[in-house]
Amino acid sequence: MLRYIIRRLLWGIVLLFAVIVITFAIFYLLPNVNPAVLRAGRTPSVQVIKEIAHDLGIDKPVYVQFWLYLKRLILHFDLGYSYYSSASVKSLIFDRLPATISLTVGGVIIWMFFGVAVGIISAIKRRTLLDRATMGVSLAFVSAPAYWLGLVALFLFAGDIGKFPISIFHGAGSYTGLTNSPLNWLQSLLLPWFTLAATSAAIYARLVRGSLIDVMGEDYIRTARAKGLPERRVVFKHGLRSAITPVVTVLGLDTAILLGGAVLTESVFDIPGIGRLNYDAIQHSDFPIVQGTVLLAALFIVVANIVVDILYAYLDPRVRYT
Amino acid sequence: MSLLDVQDLRVVFPTSDGLVHAVDGISYSIDAGRTLGIVGESGSGKSVSSLTMLGLTRLYGAKIEGKMIFEGNDLVQMSDKDLRKVRGNDIAMIFQDPLSSLHPFFKVGKQLIEAMQIHRDISRADARGRAVELLALVGIPDPKRRVDQYPHEFSGGMRQRAMIAMALANEPKLLIADEPTTALDVTVQAQILALLSDLQKRLGMAIIIITHDLGVVAEIADEICVMYAGRVVERGTAEQIFHSPQHPYTWGLLKSIPRLDGRRDEELVPISGRPPSLINRPSGCHFHPRCPYAQEAHKRIDPRLEPVASDPGHSVACLLAAPTRQRIWEQLQAGAEPESLVHLARSESPAVASEAGS
Repeated sequence: MLRYIIRRLLWGIVLLFAVIVITFAIFYLLPNVNPAVLRAGRTPSVQVIKEIAHDLGIDKPVYVQFWLYLKRLILHFDLGYSYYSSASVKSLIFDRLPATISLTVGGVIIWMFFGVAVGIISAIKRRTLLDRATMGVSLAFVSAPAYWLGLVALFLFAGDIGKFPISIFHGAGSYTGLTNSPLNWLQSLLLPWFTLAATSAAIYARLVRGSLIDVMGEDYIRTARAKGLPERRVVFKHGLRSAITPVVTVLGLDTAILLGGAVLTESVFDIPGIGRLNYDAIQHSDFPIVQGTVLLAALFIVVANIVVDILYAYLDPRVRYT
Repeated sequence: MSLLDVQDLRVVFPTSDGLVHAVDGISYSIDAGRTLGIVGESGSGKSVSSLTMLGLTRLYGAKIEGKMIFEGNDLVQMSDKDLRKVRGNDIAMIFQDPLSSLHPFFKVGKQLIEAMQIHRDISRADARGRAVELLALVGIPDPKRRVDQYPHEFSGGMRQRAMIAMALANEPKLLIADEPTTALDVTVQAQILALLSDLQKRLGMAIIIITHDLGVVAEIADEICVMYAGRVVERGTAEQIFHSPQHPYTWGLLKSIPRLDGRRDEELVPISGRPPSLINRPSGCHFHPRCPYAQEAHKRIDPRLEPVASDPGHSVACLLAAPTRQRIWEQLQAGAEPESLVHLARSESPAVASEAGS
């Protein structure tokens, strides 16, 4: 097991290196916009552009640029500086990370709660009106994009602009750090959490339902019943234990993707998170930031993959890695 | 009084295609310490009757009629809650595929302990101790180590032994073994059957063994019910079923298994056709589409299970006259092809046939 983990970690590093090379190639070589021109102001002289290019280090050969980039990244976790604001990308990301983590963790908790609960109910009440109703609603949520759902939620319920304002739902742009004011933090995130959770809860409900229905048809469920276990225990202990395993693996990756930036939800609710940072940077062709956020997202995915694989071995004793 | 007395049990599943008559008026009984074999093809309703006993067909919307009197109480009428106290406690069951029947994510010991703790007040440590004893009882070597292993770490035979150990956890009065050896190697099959016999002698429980394999019941059963299309078509002691079988379906089953004492050139005779649909069952005698000896009248007349004259304890549901059956079986044993014996059935007067069935 330990050897497996070490091998996976080494592979993860190789993968991250590949991501670094690819993002470097994309953001330094492909754009036809000269970053120096972007920063030089209106009608700059050739001399000014040259100086700026020299300051940015983009007048050096590509391989030298890459080497310097890599050295800074590995030795100092230095992702460079924003073309636009000259702020360090590292500090920008660390400033924005708490908002994204807040949004993701809350959303995941809500969608897991509703997704698993609805999935179980639908599965054990299969083919009843309740099952059809919940699956119908979940289909609607699956089909509703987050930016639309978020805008509708704001339009209807936001404490400031809502048609039916509910005061605990703070509107867009109200995000407050957890350490500043826990209550405001909570209220500012309620609508984004539910918006973010809605689609995923619906997907997870269908996933849990399907998985549990499959499992409940297994022979070992019949055995559990034949032992005289109460149905509740059959479903929750024997059934859910197997049904939840594939869900956990999907959850790991979904969480990682969101940590890399929930661009839509963050944009609609104007939450200063990684997704928003990334979105703004793309608007400004601010490549160092885009590159930094892409690397961060890749890091989350690689780590989540490793965590999920290790977790899977823990959840399913038949899986043994060597 | 019998330990279990099943009277005219009917189990019907409503499906979108129509009513499935899985069990259609069967009766049998079993005494403490005895072994009953229920034999039939897939889809003959043999498993459904025992799953019904444990209340496991109720969950699928089955309509159940008749009585299943176990120690004076009717299992059919019992509440889910009371039935749950019987399941895995007084009546335990083992299944065909021991790998898929054990939960893959729980250790064998944990599954045994759970079986005990659900029915009795026993500490975890005591239950664990007993789990080790049970594994030893069913012949699993090194039970102290095995108790902490997962089912996938057991071989097929060991898994079935573990299933048996789990079924025995609460010292059941009746053990139902549903195709217990079908998924196992032949050598392991014999071991499992020997184990069941041995445990029965030691613990005094009754066993119902459900199988499609007459070889299995030959080794272990005192009495045998042969089922076809949801009905018992022949019932008798093992001796009676093997030495003077009365029903053409039983003949078919007996002739389709190879015998070590048979001639080398003896051909196996499969039963032609397929088991009937339990939704649209054949008219008259349900076996008539596959019966080489079926006459026109047999398509109309539905035979009842009736005692075989001159053979107490033996019953059969067949429209052929007793002397005709006798002659055909004698010829079959002598190696005659069923097709060559059709004239024996035809020579019967229709009056005799209708008399037998009405």
